[in-house]
Parts: sequence; C-alpha cells; structure tokens
Amino acid sequence: MSSHDDKPRPNGEEKPNRSHAKDAQDKNLPDLSRRRFIKGAGIAGMAASAGALLADRVVEALPRPQTGAAGAAGVLGPGEVPVTLRINGKTQTLNLEPRVMLLDALRNHLDLTGAKKVCDRATCGACTVHIDGRAVYSCTTLAIDAQGREITTIEGIGSAEHLSPMSQAFWNNDAQQCGFCTPGFVMACTAYLNHEPHPTREGLEKSLGGNICRCGTYMGIKDAVLEAANATKSKGAVA
Amino acid sequence: MDAFEYASPSTVKEAIALLGSDWEDASVFGGGTDLISLLKDDVEETKRLVNIKRIGALHAIQNDHGSLRIGAAVTIEQLMSASDVRRDFPSIPDAAEGIRSPQLHNMSTVGGWICQRPRCWYYRNGFGLLALDASGKSLVEQGDNRYHAIFGNSGPAKFISPSSLGPVLLALDGRIHIEGPNGPRDIAAREFFVTPQKQGDRELALAPNEIVTGVSIPAASRGMRNGWYEVRPKEGLDWPLTSAAVALKMNGATVESARIAMGHVAPTPWPADDAAKWLEGKTINEDTAAKAGDAAVQGATPLSRNAYKVQLARVAVKRALLAAVGQLATAASA
Repeated sequence: MSSHDDKPRPNGEEKPNRSHAKDAQDKNLPDLSRRRFIKGAGIAGMAASAGALLADRVVEALPRPQTGAAGAAGVLGPGEVPVTLRINGKTQTLNLEPRVMLLDALRNHLDLTGAKKVCDRATCGACTVHIDGRAVYSCTTLAIDAQGREITTIEGIGSAEHLSPMSQAFWNNDAQQCGFCTPGFVMACTAYLNHEPHPTREGLEKSLGGNICRCGTYMGIKDAVLEAANATKSKGAVA
Repeated sequence: MDAFEYASPSTVKEAIALLGSDWEDASVFGGGTDLISLLKDDVEETKRLVNIKRIGALHAIQNDHGSLRIGAAVTIEQLMSASDVRRDFPSIPDAAEGIRSPQLHNMSTVGGWICQRPRCWYYRNGFGLLALDASGKSLVEQGDNRYHAIFGNSGPAKFISPSSLGPVLLALDGRIHIEGPNGPRDIAAREFFVTPQKQGDRELALAPNEIVTGVSIPAASRGMRNGWYEVRPKEGLDWPLTSAAVALKMNGATVESARIAMGHVAPTPWPADDAAKWLEGKTINEDTAAKAGDAAVQGATPLSRNAYKVQLARVAVKRALLAAVGQLATAASA
C-alpha cells in the first residue's frame, strides 16, 4: 500500500489549512500545521524511496478479451485513469490508479482528512463516510467504484464553526477522548439516525457494531445519539 | 497490494470473458470487504478486478413460483430489508444481523457472503489455506487452533467455513447458481462447500472463470419453520464461534422432517443428519432440542485447544431449534 498512501502533491494544489491557519495568522506566525509540516519534510525522502518501492512491483498484464463485447466492458488501469467523484455536493475529477481506495483519495488527493485510516481492513470504522446516505468503510471502497454515487464525509455535514447536531451532541456529552475514532462514529451515528426515526439504546448498540473506540467512550456516544435524536426530531434528518 | 486492472461489465457474459484460467488472473469484485483486505495483506494476488455490481440482473430478489432467488450482487442490507424473505425465511436476516456492522451490511453482497475466504489466522498471515510447514505437518494442529474445526478435520484442512449464509442455505436446501464460459449451472449448497484435500485445492466448487450469479431456495422450503443461532465472541463485529441453522417441516406440533446444519465447526457448513432424523415425530421443546444438540455433536474431533466449541455447537443447535418454533425467548439458558 505504501506506494500511493501518502502520495506527495505539488504544493500549488494545497488548500489553506482550516483552524490552524487562522491561529497562525492571528499570531503573525508562518502556517506550520502538523499535516503541512509532515508533508513538507516527507516529500524529499519519499521521492527517493518511491522508485525503489515500485520497481519490484511490476504488474504483468493479463491478456484482454479480443471480442467487441468485452472491449466495451472497458478494462481500465493498472495505471492512473480519470475518476470523477461527487463529494459533499461537489464534483471533482482525479487521476487515480484503480487500486486507490476512497479513503486515500479523500485524504491524500483532496485534503479531506476527517475520515481516518486506522485498521485499513473494514473493521474499526474510523474511515466511515456515507455513500448515497449509507455508512460504508472508505478504506475498503475503491474510489473508482464510488463514481456516480453521492459521497458525504464528516466535512460535508458541518464545520468547526457550525457543528452538525450530531457533532454538537458529541461535544455536549463528552463522547470522545483522543478523538481519532470520532469522525467515523459521528458518520455512523448520523446514518443510523437518518434511517431510524425511533432510536433505542439497543438498536444503537447494534448499529454501532462496525465502529471501535479504543478509549471506550461508548456511554457518552450513546447519550449523544439519543440527545441528537431529540434535538432533531422536529427538523427531520440529522444531516 | 499490487496495482490491478479494473473493469465494470454490464452483463454476466462480459464479466466471464474478463476472468482468467487461474485464480491469480482476475477476481470477481462484489462488495470487496473481504477481497480488498486479502489483497492489501498480500494473502491473495490478482491482476484484474471484475466488478459485478453494474450487472442489473444480479441485483434482483425474486419469487419464482414460490422459490426464492437472490442475485449475487444484492447487498446484505437489501436482503435484510426484504419483507418476503423475513416472513418466510427469518433465519436469513437473523444470520445477517450477526454480522453486526451496518457498514458491512451496506457494502457486502450475497455472493461475497458465501464466497468469502476462511478467517483462519494462519491463512490470513500467509501460511496458506492448509497452513502446512515444510515437512507437511499442520501448523494448526501444532499451534493455536482455538477457533478451528471440530468436525471434518481429519485431512489437512483445519479451518472453518466463515459464511453464516452457508449453513442457512444447507438447512433450507438451497442451491448456488453459477455461470462460466460453458453457460449456467446450479449446484446444491451442500455440494458447493468442499473440504480441500491437498495443497492448491479450494474450499468452493467453483472454477476461476466462473461467477456465482445467485442463490435460490426451493418453494418446498417456504413452509418450513426455520431458525438461526450463533454463539458470538463479542457483541461487536466478529465471526461466530459456532452457529446452527435449522428448518423444520411441521405437522401440527410434531416434526415431520428436519434439516440441521452447523456453522463455523468444519471446513464446510456441517450437516447434522442424524440429529435431524432423530427429531422426526417429536415436538420441539427444551428437552428434545437439547437432545438433538447432543446428537449433533456426536463424533466431534476437537483439536488441542478447541474442545470448548463442542459445547457451544451443542447449544447453538438447541437454541436454533427453539428459535425456529418461537420458544427461544422463554427458554432457560444453555
């Protein structure tokens, strides 16, 4: 996986960092967010090792069917191909290898770093996003397979200034400790409430079976969802 | 994970043409929740993914003169929401519920639910499906086999079949529909899951250039009371320790005929025919269900660290029987 996980991009493509940028400007200091710093320091080393990594991973091509019908089926890759994704209401086209996961496309190509990479094996839930309103593991969803679908990330349901009702309820109920699993939990809880008009503690426990919090903040999370359900009852959907 | 080619054909025929003659040539790509992890861990390799989710014909849940046909690309969530399925075959949504993760329900397909590879930790860590050492001895037998087979383990295969739909299909006399270069065929679920006998054998009766297009349950099974029970290691996402699926043809309160299949105890879903036969003419209650459980685990051959699974399998059979007749909630534990 390492060959494309943290793919460096030209600096010109970077967007201003959110809250860190604001703090930095206030103090008249250069914008040295952790993410931006690591990227800068990492690029030189990675460029040197990327060639070596790729060299022993040469793909031997499989013969493609010669028939017209199969040709129409359109074999893509293994190199980069244009992939058009609709994320948080915005359509964007990226050049990605077919093997690139949606999570890596979000984090490494679009700077949408809310969804987190933890287990990377469709188990822990830290990477949870919505596709057509349903919770999925973006670490195990191919970006190319998410084309034509409506993708919603944690960035799409609220902002630091305007928290979504679910995020606000997490805040109110102290439903996080280290916070790394939190975006995934917020997305899983939001999907649950959007499909369950009458949430119960038992139903909630089942619906959160696909997310893990190593800090063990489950009690706060359950309280948060029930609070969010009450807060949004009159408004309909949570996000 | 190596780079691969990707294709999204719109017909089964196109998809088959894109597959190869070896397993490493191409992989059928449904939900991908198992396949992608196997590729990331370099446990499996592939040169091409053939996405079957754009094939409209594979998305249907149909009632064909009473028989139920479920397309391979139907998601588990869609299957759980199908009221027709829930009414007549409650053991299917109950088994799906056991997967626990809504994300997996939303992503995973019925085809993948039966074709997922075993969870054996030797296999998943690159020691091969049979996990044999250089001298041909089983690493599982010598090592940590707490989650391995207690039946059907006399050969080199010690892993357990991971699918919870597998035992349900055996109990309901289901069939697996397959299509390859020579056209469609179908096979009894009971024959689809096989125990590998030597290195290179697979655990499914499927060729590399074939696609599972769906599963079906015959009309005759529609009137049968059916139930599912699984013993879980935890409430969150994980595979069962043991499970059981049952289907009962009732004549009033009496069992006319029965089918029982245990899950997660053998390299295949494991039929308990003697226990099913014993139930004929009986009524289902705590006592008869427990005795059927005893009969089902007769002949178990646990490995060094998994004798505990014999008791769990016995209880799973008992509770699946009670679930089938709606008595599980009132039943005393174990």
